[in-house]
Formats: sequence, structure tokens, C-alpha cells
Amino acid sequence: MAILAINNLTKYYKDVRALADVSLKIKAGEFVTVIGRSGAGKSTLLRCVNRMIEPSSGRIEFDGTDMRSLGRRDLRRARTRIGMIFQHFNLVPRQTVIENVLHGRLGYKSTLQGSLGIYGDDEKNHAVEVLERLGLADQMHKRCDQLSGGQKQRVGIARALVQDPRLILCDEPIASLDPSSSKTIMDHLHRISRDMKITILMNLHQVDVAIKYSDRIVGIREGSIVYDGEPRKLKKKTVAEIYGSDADDILFEESPD
Amino acid sequence: MIASLEVRKTFRRRNLVALGSFALIAALTLGSSVVTAFDWPASLRSFPKALDWMAANFIPDGRALRNAPKIGAKLAETLLVSVMATVLAAACSFFMAILGSKTTRLHPLVSGFVRLVASLCRNIPVVAWAMIFLLSFGQNVLTGLLSLFIGTFGFLTRAFMETVDETAESSVEALKASGAPWLATVTQAVVPSILPQVASWILYMVETNIRDATLVGILTGTGIGFLFDLYYKSLNFPSAAFVVLCIIVLVILIETLSNALRRLML
Amino acid sequence: MKPRIALRRPTVPAVVLDATLLAMVGVTVLGFFLIDTKGLKAGPASLKLLSDLTKMFSRPVALHFSLPEALYAVLVTLGLAFLTTLLGAALALLLGPFAAKNLGRPAVAGALKAIVAFVRAVPTVLWVLIFAVGAGLGSVAAVVGMTFHSFGYLIKAYSEAFEDIDASVIEALRASGATWFQVVWRAVIPSSTSALVSWTFIRFEINFANAVAMGAAAGAGGVGYDLFMASGFYFNIGEVGFITYLILFVAIFLEIGATRLRARQHVQR
Repeated sequence: MAILAINNLTKYYKDVRALADVSLKIKAGEFVTVIGRSGAGKSTLLRCVNRMIEPSSGRIEFDGTDMRSLGRRDLRRARTRIGMIFQHFNLVPRQTVIENVLHGRLGYKSTLQGSLGIYGDDEKNHAVEVLERLGLADQMHKRCDQLSGGQKQRVGIARALVQDPRLILCDEPIASLDPSSSKTIMDHLHRISRDMKITILMNLHQVDVAIKYSDRIVGIREGSIVYDGEPRKLKKKTVAEIYGSDADDILFEESPD
Repeated sequence: MIASLEVRKTFRRRNLVALGSFALIAALTLGSSVVTAFDWPASLRSFPKALDWMAANFIPDGRALRNAPKIGAKLAETLLVSVMATVLAAACSFFMAILGSKTTRLHPLVSGFVRLVASLCRNIPVVAWAMIFLLSFGQNVLTGLLSLFIGTFGFLTRAFMETVDETAESSVEALKASGAPWLATVTQAVVPSILPQVASWILYMVETNIRDATLVGILTGTGIGFLFDLYYKSLNFPSAAFVVLCIIVLVILIETLSNALRRLML
Repeated sequence: MKPRIALRRPTVPAVVLDATLLAMVGVTVLGFFLIDTKGLKAGPASLKLLSDLTKMFSRPVALHFSLPEALYAVLVTLGLAFLTTLLGAALALLLGPFAAKNLGRPAVAGALKAIVAFVRAVPTVLWVLIFAVGAGLGSVAAVVGMTFHSFGYLIKAYSEAFEDIDASVIEALRASGATWFQVVWRAVIPSSTSALVSWTFIRFEINFANAVAMGAAAGAGGVGYDLFMASGFYFNIGEVGFITYLILFVAIFLEIGATRLRARQHVQR
């Protein structure tokens, strides 16, 4: 049973077609990565899922709900079940780790409590637990602008996790990180997906990382899906098709058949 | 042969551009001098005259020193009006900037209206506002306060909007994606992000407003500007120069304090 | 029972920030009790203000001059602004390299900085009036007086633009034997032309407002003088409105240009 069903999704920016008739079904607990060149439509696809970008046409069903039919308030409610992490972390730099993590709860709180920043003890304890899981509990009161890139992304993940999400969207989460931090982040996300049964939909441009961690790879080229299947079945020829002339620069080991 | 032709063409073009610019500036200078009846030799002569005046008057005489308490009081009034106008304007600008910035706005029409009002307040010079308010509030400290308030409001609204767009955009995106309501996003992410820069702008505007307040004071008969004008018009130059000295001291003190605060805050 | 979890620890920046803002708000509130409004009734005055504002924006009128005369006055004000910007820019160009950290000697740069601080501490109108003692109230005193702040502003902007030049370019030229003047005038200044032009235009926009003010307060003529007369002499809000429209038109036009240039500078930084 699919947690996310995308049918015939199309997006136009003026006359430019960013996404062309994209269809995709993702099961609960799957770890799916989307690979493709810059500008191929990965970011647009991701942001159409939670309607940060409005699709031009098509149907997006998350956990049985038709996303496009939702009004403002229901959309917000739906978004609370969808976490999102970003390439540039998107934290409030001057605030502490735990403050940033608790921002993830604002979607659940009443207007008054949320606007005044009043969090219950249960919420704070939950946040600390999540931070412990990510190895950041001792950094709880540190200002986020004093953290390394890898630590910042972990804060971003913690913020998404306190939402109790069913799906986490990841927009190039390791693009700004060095290889060692990248591995840490990918390991965390993989563990989260497996242990907490959270679905992950991730944009990536490192094909080798995608192959190593995902259950399924979706390849996008110029707004259309050109591959949708298991990582080990991905052929060099397909990678060349996805990346065009950049194919030679891609680190890719075709798995022996 | 062809290569050196290209090189010569590039240099020729660059020289033409330089020549054209000089010609344009020369033409504008000539035009401006004619239109303003600017007497170039007189402008050169004015320097030694001004230096003489400053040398003769910057050392305060007895009369000037006896005016010190009055000067101190007026300076305090000018500083107070400056701070009041800045703080009040900053408070209003804060709200308007949230509504006007494309990151946090509620509706494009509202944001457009905010930008329009701020532009009007900003592009009508403070002195013009003073002239306008003179007709209803007269020669009163409130006239100066209002003029500074409006001018500062126009400037700070745009400055704060820029700050919001520069510092808060990414965290607003993240909170929007998590389903957080607008107000919570503003108070929990935007406000903490912009507060240091807002404070820095406020300090900057207090300094600027002391200078503008002097100018407005001349026109509205209030504050230190009024006092300077009084001494100046009655040819009491030692006292007038003493006022200038006191203003210099005040401004430098404020600047030093501001810089120290900025270093600690950010 | 678990202890309450704090969200943040007090830090120096946060405390200073809060204290500064609180102090300023405190002074403001206090101020309302301290300022002497000489018994002015704010209510009726505000009503008159509202009626004035409506009248001046909806029914501007020119009684004491014609439209061509008004436009000429605007030209005069623009002329004043141009001349002071020109002089300020020329001085800033000559002295800017000495103030730049990568070009000038620290002692000289420090001395220049001190002079500029002194110059900027005196309000423009007072500079103008000081020079008016010797030169009389008019365009000379206005232009020369305004140039002090033009220079102060532009020398800071120019020296920062010079500091942005790639250090390796300067090093390479020095290593090949170029003199300091050659480095400055044949490499650094030409490379920073676009920044210099942008900052100069931005200052021109500020100087237009200054020139209006000097016309009103220091007898410099131009549209500022007309404004002063309309309000302080003829008490005619319609005429004030007419002149305000003219000023507004020019100011907005200049601001659009300056904003575009500022955006390009921002991108470059």
C-alpha cells in the first residue's frame, strides 16, 4: 500500500516544462533516491509533494489524501506529517540546537502557544530523546552558527523527526558536506528509515551514494523518469542517459550481472 | 598583424569611452555651474576664510562658556528627540517590514501598499516633511519629532525588509514545509534572526537623526539647531562655534558607544 | 522528576542586545514626559495635518511661480547636487588609495579616518553656514559645505572598493617593479570603476535631498528655497504639495537607479 502516489505530475514555469507527466508510487518505509542532472526537475518534484511548489497538473496522494484538494489549514496539517531537510540546513543560526529542533513542533501547537514559543515538557523531552539518538544531546544549548556542517544537518534531521513524520523529503542533504559527514548523515537517515519505518524520498547527485543506501532509484532527465528500479539493476548506459555528457565524470561501478 | 589590430581597436574603444565620460562630466559641470551660478574662484577663496573663522572662534570665550548649560540642555533635547523618533519609527517599520517583505508577507497587495507608503515617506526629504508639518504643528518640538519619525520610518522599513529577505528566507521555508502557522514562524524564526541587525540599524539611525534634527531644528525653532541659528544670526560666532564643538563631541561619543555595542551584540 | 529543560543559556550578545533595546524603549517612554510641547493640542493639530495632507496631494497649486520656473529650480537643485558629488568624488579618488588597507600606510590611513570622523560629526547644514560667513549664503557655501559629507561618505566607499581588489594582482604588479602610483592609477582604480560609479550615483541621490535641505535652511536656492517660502512665508499647503510632487518625482527616479546599482554591488561583494 503506497504512502505516496504521484500520477501524471506536470509542472510548467511559463513556457518551460520542468516536469513532464511523472508518475511514481512509493511504499511505506521505502528509501527512494532521485538522481539526475542539475535542472532535471528533482527539486521541483520534491517540492510538489508537499506543495511548496504548486503543480500545473496531476495528482499527488499522500497517505490517502489528495494533496492538491487541501485548503490552507488542512495543507498545514498534512505538512506536519511530512518532514523536510535541506541542502543548506535552513536553521536559525543565532538560536540554540534545541530551539531549532522544537520548531518542528510548531505545526502541532495552538496559535497562542506556538507564537509565544511555549513548549510542553513532553515536547522538550521528546526533542532531547531525538537529539540523543542523533548524538547531539550534549550540544543542546549551543548556537547553531557554531556547529559544523554535519552537525547542522543532524539538527535539521532532528527538527524533522520531532514532527513524527511518515515521510521525510530530503533535498540534496549532503551536497554541502565533506565525505565523512556525508557518510554520517546517510547512515543516520538509513537507520531512521529502517528502525522507525519512515519513508525517505531524497534528491542526490552522487550516484554511488544512491546505490549504496537506497532501496530504489529513480532517474530523472529533463523532467521525465527514465529509470525506476533497484540500485543493482542500474546500468552504465542508463546513467549516461540520465547525465548526458557529464556521464564520464560520474563515479559509477556497474554491478556484475 | 591581425592580432595587433584587435588590440589597437580595444584600446581605441577604451580611450573613446574614457574621453566620452570626461566630456560628459565636463558638460554637466559646466551646466551645473551656470545653473547654480557657482563662482569657482570664490569657492577656493572660501577655504582660507572659513579656516580663519574656525581658528578665531573655536576656542570658546567667556560668553560662550556661560552658555554651556543652555547648550547642554538643547543637546539633550535633540538627542532625546532623535532617540524617540528612531525607536517609534523602528517599531512601526518592524511590523510593516514583516508585511512588506516577500518572505513573510500575507498578501502581495498588502506588501505592495506597504512598499509604496515607505517609498513616499523615504523619498520626500525630511526637510520637506518639516515644512509640511510646520503648517499644522507650528514651531514645536513635535514638528521635528514627526518629521524625523516619518523619514526614519520610510528608510527603516526598506532596510528591515532587506534584512528579513537576507536572513530569514531559508528558515521560513523550512517552517512552512513543516506546517507551522504564519505567526509562529514570524515570532519564532524571523524575529530572532533579524533582531541583531535591527538593533544595529537603530543605532545607525540615532546617529543620523542627530544630524537631521539639527537641520530641522533650524527650521522649526527647536533643539540645538535653533540655538546655533540664534547665535549665528546675532553674529555671536564664538557661541555658535562652541555649539559646533559640543555637537562634534556628542556625535563622536555616540558613535563610539554604538560601535562598542555593535561589537558586543553580533 | 526530570528537571525543567531550558531552551537557551544567557550569552553576552543576547544580554547586550536586549539591554540596548530595552534602554532605548525606556528613554522613548520617558521622553514623552520630558519634552516640552508648549501646550500644543495634539488632537486639533493632527486633524489639521490630515486635512493638509489631503489638500496637498489632491490639489497641488503653483501660485508664486510658473511650471517652467519650478522645473528650473529643480535643475538648480540637481546642479548643486552634481557639483558637490563631483568635488567629493574627486577628493575621495585622490585620497581614497591612502585610506585603503591594502594600499596605504596604516598611519596615514588612520589619520584620514580620524579626519573623516571629525568631518562627519558636524551636520552638513552647519558646514554650509560656517562657509557662508565668508562666502555669503548661496551656491558656493552650499556646494562647499555639502562636499564635506560627500567626501566623507565616498572616501569610505572608495577605499573599501579598492580593498576588494584581488591582492595577487597588486602583488604581481609590485613585483614587476611598478611604482605605487602606477599600481593605483593604472590597475586598482580602473578595476574598480564599476563599484566607484555605483557608489558615486548612490551619493548623488543622497546629495539631491541634501541640496533641497540647504535650499530651505541655508539660502542655497533651488526647489528647497521655494519649499521654504511656500510653507514658512506664504503658508500655502497647495504650493507645498506642488513642490513636494516635483521633489518626489526626481527622488523616486534617482532611487530606482540607485537601487539597481546597489543590487549589483551586493552581488559583487
